[in-house]
Amino acid sequence: MLPEGVRHHPSMLAHHFDDLGQQREAATLGMWVFLVTEVLFFGGLFAAYAVYRNWYPDAFFAASHELDVTLGGINTAVLITSSLTMALAVHAAQVGQRKLLLIFLIATMILGAAFLGIKSVEYQHKFVEHHVPGPGFVFEGEHARHAQIFFSLYFVMTGLHALHMVIGLGIMSVMLWWSWRGTITPEYYSPIEISGLYWHFVDIVWIFLFPLLYLLGRHV
Amino acid sequence: MVCTYVTVQIAFFDLGALNTVAALTIAVFKAVLVVLFFMHVKYSTRLTWAVVIGSVFWLGILLALTMSDYLTRALRTYG
Repeated sequence: MLPEGVRHHPSMLAHHFDDLGQQREAATLGMWVFLVTEVLFFGGLFAAYAVYRNWYPDAFFAASHELDVTLGGINTAVLITSSLTMALAVHAAQVGQRKLLLIFLIATMILGAAFLGIKSVEYQHKFVEHHVPGPGFVFEGEHARHAQIFFSLYFVMTGLHALHMVIGLGIMSVMLWWSWRGTITPEYYSPIEISGLYWHFVDIVWIFLFPLLYLLGRHV
Repeated sequence: MVCTYVTVQIAFFDLGALNTVAALTIAVFKAVLVVLFFMHVKYSTRLTWAVVIGSVFWLGILLALTMSDYLTRALRTYG
């Protein structure tokens, strides 16, 4: 005879939860708490940007002009679309459509990789134009010293963001593998959902990075 | 939903006298849309809401107190 407290439960229910619903809510809350720490993580960089932008507005405007708005805009569209495919992937997982889930996960990863590809092209341009902070930095005009601050912030902020994208692609690969293997069911889709939360967060960071870095002082 | 995002993005390409406030307002609007709908916060528990709003509030503290220091330095006089 089994002890009284033992109930038959689904295989993916961890023992410290009462039911799958509570497990899912706990997972979602946990991911959100982590994202809050990430908000402050990037927030510090945004605060540094705000201070230096306040001190050297002309240098920031001149330096921002050197960034490629077209490529940045395309990247913004790519990321937002990848968030859309991610949301569609979560929906497909919820209704148990495995093929659609796989398709949307792959689409999200392709878009993420495209974003990183375009970013690397931009970085390469910066190398060629000698806008990388350091001994080889060259900048025309009178704001050279302070423009270097802008480019330092540019590389750190977009670099940190790109690192998060790479990690996101890794997470998506695991999700792809799990979806392929059938671990993801309509009862147990919270891995997809919280991976989606991470992906959307990275998208939101870019939504703020893009206007602050690329669209400064584009006056006529 | 995609249409909304495309429309908002087109607003960016009006490269005229788009100043920072307008650009940031659009960015906040887009971010709120992503958070509410893509991230399902609209359908989440109150606890999740509290955490999300808390993060915005904390970020606000960071930016407000930092900038209030730096922006008022010129006003100081030494006695």
